[in-house]
Amino acid sequence: MNHKVIVEMSEGLGDRSPRAANAGSRAAHDAAVRVAAPLIIGLFLLAGWELLVRLREIPIYILPAPSQIATELVQSWSVLFPALLLTLEIAALALLLAVISGVGLALLCSLARWIELALMPYAVTLQVTPVVSVAPLILIYVDEPRTAVVLCAWIVAFFPILANTMLGLASTDRNLRDLFQLYGANRWQELWFLRLPAALPYFLGGLRIAGGLALIGAVVAEYVAGTAGVGTGLAFRVLEAQYRLNIPRMFAGLFLLALTGIAIYLVLSGLSRLLLRHWHESARVREN
Amino acid sequence: MTRDEDSATYPRISQSQAHEQPELVRLEAIDKVFASGTRALAQLDLVLRCGEFVSLLGPSGCGKSTVLRLIAGLVQPTRGRILFTQRLQAGEIGFVFQEPTLMPWATVAANVALPLRLRGVDRGRTEKAVAEALARVGLGSAARAYPHELSGGMKMRVSIARALVTRPSLLLMDEPFAALDEITRARLDEELTRLWQAHGWTVLFVTHSVFEAVYLSTRILVMSARPGRVVAEIPVDAPWPRDEDFRTSPTYTALCRTVSTALRRAMAA
Repeated sequence: MNHKVIVEMSEGLGDRSPRAANAGSRAAHDAAVRVAAPLIIGLFLLAGWELLVRLREIPIYILPAPSQIATELVQSWSVLFPALLLTLEIAALALLLAVISGVGLALLCSLARWIELALMPYAVTLQVTPVVSVAPLILIYVDEPRTAVVLCAWIVAFFPILANTMLGLASTDRNLRDLFQLYGANRWQELWFLRLPAALPYFLGGLRIAGGLALIGAVVAEYVAGTAGVGTGLAFRVLEAQYRLNIPRMFAGLFLLALTGIAIYLVLSGLSRLLLRHWHESARVREN
Repeated sequence: MTRDEDSATYPRISQSQAHEQPELVRLEAIDKVFASGTRALAQLDLVLRCGEFVSLLGPSGCGKSTVLRLIAGLVQPTRGRILFTQRLQAGEIGFVFQEPTLMPWATVAANVALPLRLRGVDRGRTEKAVAEALARVGLGSAARAYPHELSGGMKMRVSIARALVTRPSLLLMDEPFAALDEITRARLDEELTRLWQAHGWTVLFVTHSVFEAVYLSTRILVMSARPGRVVAEIPVDAPWPRDEDFRTSPTYTALCRTVSTALRRAMAA
């Protein structure tokens, strides 16, 4: 996990080559390419897909054309959109719980080494046990299906936040710690003025990963729950469409899920940039 | 606390008039052994008198920084005593590290305000003291900047302002300008001596530069290689203020030669 975290945190450093005097126009050009290039590739692929389906007359229940998926998306919007909101709500709730528990536990671990030693093996166990195999158990023992789904999503979202926050809390500058000691700072002052701010970039890196994982956790739990009456989340709708051989709706549902994942990532990245823009290397734009 | 003029065990090259000042802190027969087993200091004796500017000069790894950390109370001696003639409260000792050691998430003003905030000084007094400290290091206009917006020299000034904001009576500086370019360093040296003259602090300044030590100090202590102890004391009896002319004067050159020789001997010993 930590490797992933580090990659996550250091991204955005590489693409900042020093710019020359024409920085303004170059930046604008960069931005245009950033938007246009993937858009063109996407349109190209979609056109190819559409053409393939039409020319070879592939049946809709095997592979629907993009146009058919789009039509389905519009037609079943009243079904899919509430389902999307529900899944999003579950993922958000799980993420919130993961933040509270992850940061809380990280703080607890930073208080005393023995707490960390006592708890970490179980946190790691929770992390490495595939949620797919745990979900059925949770569904058995937790009566309220929505609670069960939230719990599954929480399990996968929790660890990156815990691990990253712990790393961050332990990554304070040694000299700064000496300085706090020299000026007679108490434990809470050191936590509030030094350890928490220093941990913030690490926490945000974990949050960005956890956001995506919370969605995955929610989807997995809904899949496992299947028709057991969990309800009407987006993953459930996709599964339902599969049973009914409504392949275009499956694609439409998947499309919305992917979009949701991207949206979560963008929102959390934006939050990260907003909070770190004044000081952290990962959020700064090089000016010269 | 008795004052004993003849207690220093290291050879004195000449008498300095600073000897007439009262003692501020005295380290007696200090041994420091780290948990790793490294003997950093052995039988180190050191006396700081009020108002002195003392440089601690020695080969790298000789325990210079450890001496500062001992006086600051950040580490405890394994054996030996550290005696203060007056009880220094938190904040009466200022510490400047080799790196600026600023909080990157806080503005310059917030960084300088830190020691006062930690002591619960009210906002109004803090703001006034911060503005004053920043003005003293010539950074009055940079209060709202973030550390990453500053050059290395400016960051170091912020670090010094932070050490000054509590109006310390003792300033401990651990190779503060070592990472800076020669020009910036010379300028900061000059500004530092001006501030020292104006405010009458006692300064203990760790450096590995003979030239810097001679330029800045009223007295230079040379330390041996690890385990470190003070092996030579060289008073610098040049007048103040010292300017660029001092750096080219025969006195300066002669002193540099004396100190270099002492340092070489210390390293060989």
